[in-house]
Amino acid sequence: MTEQTLRQWLLTDTPTSRRHAKLSAIYQGWLSFRGNTMAMIGLWILIALVAIAAFAPFISPHDPFVQDLGNRLGPLGTEGHILGTDSLGRDILSRLIYGSRITLYIVALVALIAPIAGLLVGTVSGYVGGWLDAVLMRITDIFLAFPRLVLALAFVAALGAGIENAVLAISLTAWPPYARIARAETLTIRSSDFISAIQLQGAGPMRIIIRHIWPLCISSLIVRVTLDMAGIILAAAGLGFLGLGAQPPSPEWGAMISEGRRFILDHWWVAAMPGLAIFTVSLAFNLLGDGLRDVLDPKAGE
Amino acid sequence: MLEIGKLNVWFGSGIDRVDAVKGASFAVPKGESFGLVGESGSGKSTILRAITGLAPHWSGRITVDGTELGKSRPKAFYNTVQMVFQDPYASLHPRHSVDQVLGETLHLHGFKDIDARVVKLLDDVGLGQKFRFRYPHQLSGGQRQRVAIARALAPEPQLLLLDEPTSALDVSVQAEILNLLVDLRRDRGLTYLMVSHDLSVVGHMCERLAVMKDGAIVEVMAVDTLRRNAAEHPYSQSLLQASL
Repeated sequence: MTEQTLRQWLLTDTPTSRRHAKLSAIYQGWLSFRGNTMAMIGLWILIALVAIAAFAPFISPHDPFVQDLGNRLGPLGTEGHILGTDSLGRDILSRLIYGSRITLYIVALVALIAPIAGLLVGTVSGYVGGWLDAVLMRITDIFLAFPRLVLALAFVAALGAGIENAVLAISLTAWPPYARIARAETLTIRSSDFISAIQLQGAGPMRIIIRHIWPLCISSLIVRVTLDMAGIILAAAGLGFLGLGAQPPSPEWGAMISEGRRFILDHWWVAAMPGLAIFTVSLAFNLLGDGLRDVLDPKAGE
Repeated sequence: MLEIGKLNVWFGSGIDRVDAVKGASFAVPKGESFGLVGESGSGKSTILRAITGLAPHWSGRITVDGTELGKSRPKAFYNTVQMVFQDPYASLHPRHSVDQVLGETLHLHGFKDIDARVVKLLDDVGLGQKFRFRYPHQLSGGQRQRVAIARALAPEPQLLLLDEPTSALDVSVQAEILNLLVDLRRDRGLTYLMVSHDLSVVGHMCERLAVMKDGAIVEVMAVDTLRRNAAEHPYSQSLLQASL
């Protein structure tokens, strides 16, 4: 099959099988996503981030943990250290490259735990209603009433310091807003005719929630998650700064900023470079989130 | 086929309580097409929702095919009674293709030969195979309503509740859908309970009709009476005058 006919096959108005229809829908989603330049920029930055994380040992010029006290706080463009060196003489570029792994790890774990927990609680609460709704939403309120970092601190103090526990603590504090969004969406969806129609086919609540409500909630949650990523990275950094997240030699971006904080006036690049990295990745997530919303919203582009 | 006795339906409680239907009684024999007419808010659609179990609070007696209905509907009920909703833009899941909509319905009713049945249903409602994998936003209003009718026919029901099935469509498409419904009823021996505010639609589709006002049935008459302009109740007469 030549490329031209493959394209026609994907864009056909009259798909011949379920698989064909699905592939066609994905391809058309991709086409509309590709038309969004900003979203593509975000996607490319994140692909680059994944590639950098995967190939960190091959592309980093130095070992991120080797100290060179004779060459500490080297400015940008120092020979062999393009982004300078930090207070212990470690190469900042190498640390940023290795730090991308930690960032991705945090982002992936939080993005898996928090929205899924929130989706589950929110849709069940919104669809079932009654006392279950009241109980679940009061629990959500209790979580929302605490300042996020303080609650995360309490969790980490109970679970023990370390990046995994920091991620877990952040997830535990991050799910309530997702639950609220999912519940609000569910409340508008549950009274619509297409839910009544499937109820009239004898579908049970589990099937309705999973197959009919989730697909409509997920797009707004994905957008919210991508917008929250910056905050999640910073919360992880904040925990690291307090000695409860990533532990010192680890090249976590947030921890690097808090290290560089001491020299921010005289040696700005020590804090600015990891800050720039966080900024770039957060921006990429936001751009991607916007693009995804355009693709995932069924009413858009009509 | 369907008997309604002293049906009351209300929403809310205490001072917020709104009585949508008050003491409605009528019966639809097997194979008949029965119309419910009245202005907006007169409780016509609420009666349909009470029959299907979608209205939360009701009292009175609803008997379908000889079985009196309780507060919850057994699964077999949905094999007998199905409903077509008013707005085809709201009654189809925006993310499900026609194939998914019909396939899931057939699966829920325990049919095994789903592929063959989907093909047949689409033919029956006058949509070809090329619509099978389309999504609702790729369909026109009339096509969507045909899909909704196909979904209602999937479990092979005997009683079809039609909630103003054409009021959201433009005039030329309305006629097509009404003719489709007439044909389907003739071919399958269906019983229709049709809600409409359009007397000409009811005159075209139904044999008898009930006129509703403020949640109560004011008059039940044959369509011939309507045609002869011989309605007895003053409200029916004024409704008739307004539609001429």
